[in-house]
Amino acid sequence: MIRRQPRHAAGTPPATRPLPRAEQEPVIRLASVVKTYGTGEAVVHALRGVSLDVVERDYVAIMGASGSGKSTMMNIIGCLDVPTEGQFLIDGIDTSSLDEQQLAVLRNRKIGFVFQAFNLIPRMTALGNVELPLSYAGLKSADRRRRAEAALQLVGLFDRMNAQPKQLSGGQQQRVAVARALVTAPSLILADEPTGNLDTRASGDLMDVFDRLNAVGRTIVLITHEADVAAHAKRVIGVQDGRIVADRRVTEPRALPPLLGQGQPAVRS
Amino acid sequence: MSPVQIFRFALAGLAANKLRSALTTLGILIGVGSVILLVAVGNGSSQSVQNAISSLGANSITVLHTEGSAAGTSSTAAFAEPQNLTTADSQALAAAQGVASVSPVVSTSETLDNGASSNTASLTGTYPSYFAAEDDTLSAGAYFTTQEVNTAQDVVVLGSEAATDLFGTANPVGKSVLVAGIPFTVTGVLAAKGTSGLTSADDTAIAPLTTVQDALTGFGTLNDVVVLAKSATVVDTVEGEITSILDLRHHETSADADFEVLSASTLLSTASSTAHTFTVLLGAVAAISLLVGGIGITNIMLVTVTERTREIGIRKAIGATPGVILAQFLTEATLLSMIGGALGVLAGFIGTQFTIVGVKPVTVPLSIPLAFGVSALIGLFFGGFPANRAANMRPADALRYE
Repeated sequence: MIRRQPRHAAGTPPATRPLPRAEQEPVIRLASVVKTYGTGEAVVHALRGVSLDVVERDYVAIMGASGSGKSTMMNIIGCLDVPTEGQFLIDGIDTSSLDEQQLAVLRNRKIGFVFQAFNLIPRMTALGNVELPLSYAGLKSADRRRRAEAALQLVGLFDRMNAQPKQLSGGQQQRVAVARALVTAPSLILADEPTGNLDTRASGDLMDVFDRLNAVGRTIVLITHEADVAAHAKRVIGVQDGRIVADRRVTEPRALPPLLGQGQPAVRS
Repeated sequence: MSPVQIFRFALAGLAANKLRSALTTLGILIGVGSVILLVAVGNGSSQSVQNAISSLGANSITVLHTEGSAAGTSSTAAFAEPQNLTTADSQALAAAQGVASVSPVVSTSETLDNGASSNTASLTGTYPSYFAAEDDTLSAGAYFTTQEVNTAQDVVVLGSEAATDLFGTANPVGKSVLVAGIPFTVTGVLAAKGTSGLTSADDTAIAPLTTVQDALTGFGTLNDVVVLAKSATVVDTVEGEITSILDLRHHETSADADFEVLSASTLLSTASSTAHTFTVLLGAVAAISLLVGGIGITNIMLVTVTERTREIGIRKAIGATPGVILAQFLTEATLLSMIGGALGVLAGFIGTQFTIVGVKPVTVPLSIPLAFGVSALIGLFFGGFPANRAANMRPADALRYE
């Protein structure tokens, strides 16, 4: 069973008008997270005590050089790994005691991944790829298709839904990946160097998609080492040697993304 | 996650590498096909031996003359000298209870010649009761009579093959044939009985006992005596009686007997146990090839799982549980083995339609569901290890895999 910390007082129905986010529980909370790999002499301290809250509708960029611990942070935030010490909570659910089966369900429901290498499944159409998380969630075929088509529409690839990944450009593949990430309506979209394999124009298109998604209420965490990309975020966090060394707030979580509408018009209607 | 969806994923996985899937399937196909075919060959040869033996007649008992175990060994002087099997012996057997007829037999191999063509055939000298005891039937003419035996007439009944060898399609009844240079008149031709093992039961000539003894074999021992029991149920009793009568007449004990008593049923049980061993042996050889096919599945599935590590990582990241991944790869392995199994059943079935090294294979019905079932289990068993490896991959590591 997934243990859930109560979000609302017992018996209280969810407020029709949500409370201001700051007084609610954050979407994710890292509390003194330590992650070590290996034992004895060969022990590697990837994270040395990281605490971070990300609230709903926020748009956070995590920046750091390679080896800074940002990939480990991404694994923990993505429920791909659990902390050695400390706590990681997503929507109030503590992941430390979950097994692989429960983590898989959590990933499916709460997180939408976008990877640097796109990571679409080859020989499966764009639509098939977007439907995949819904299959694992156990949705019926008709519901899967309806929701997958809507997600593809949102990233401007409705007309390419029957194309296989290899027939799509890098930018298009990454937008399919974004559609796949948001199709389950997750609490958090987690993007790991999403523009790392894209040219400037495709990067701009993709960031525009992220900006729009955030503008309509999606919570986004980006991991990047590019300042251009981080400039789209409302909050920029610097990581170094397994610790947070900088935390800069650009705009409030509920404000519009700072660069919204300044990129190329990526979303064809 | 519905089973239909898992099945679709598995099918897509197999379709991704068609040649590899086909070759893996081939391993199981050959295994299942050879189990069915070789068991059918074993079963077919066993049945043909059984048919040959039962064509000898279920009620007939053959008393064979042997040299006896005491012959020529002075240290066992207490034993009686081996004696000939004689016509007198055969008359004594006729008096035993449950005996329908007794036919003394001498046999030799002689050249048959009608001036146009010649042929070597087995020549049997006996009484007319022999035909009934051997389940013979006529296709033309008549058997010779007891009267002709008593007066040692030069008459002969030809087997179907001997008749066609000498006379072709012409009717030989009434014609003359030289047996070892002596002219015999053909009185009848037997219906074809087919082969029993390597010798043809149809390449034969049967003449009166007295004639054959007079002209060819002399009046020494009989080769054997064919005793026909009144029914199949008394065959065992009659065998016992024959043994005790002959022991008494030859002053012998069973330890140094100069004769041997054989019935179709004893031959049959020996032959079928031999045939059974043969079938099991063939089946075992085929089962080994099925095992090798199974190991082929493990091998290919391990390669597939390694090759698709990244895909497994992606699937896990977007919410596939270990159980779903396990199910997908197990389904792939089982599909491979079941498709192979189904094609193997088909191949085996087609194979059994042909005669193989002189044996007409007879399919053992149980071997089909058994071979197919085992192939499905092989998929589960041999696919289990690779599928488990896929299911237990750590998603973070799998995603990093290049």
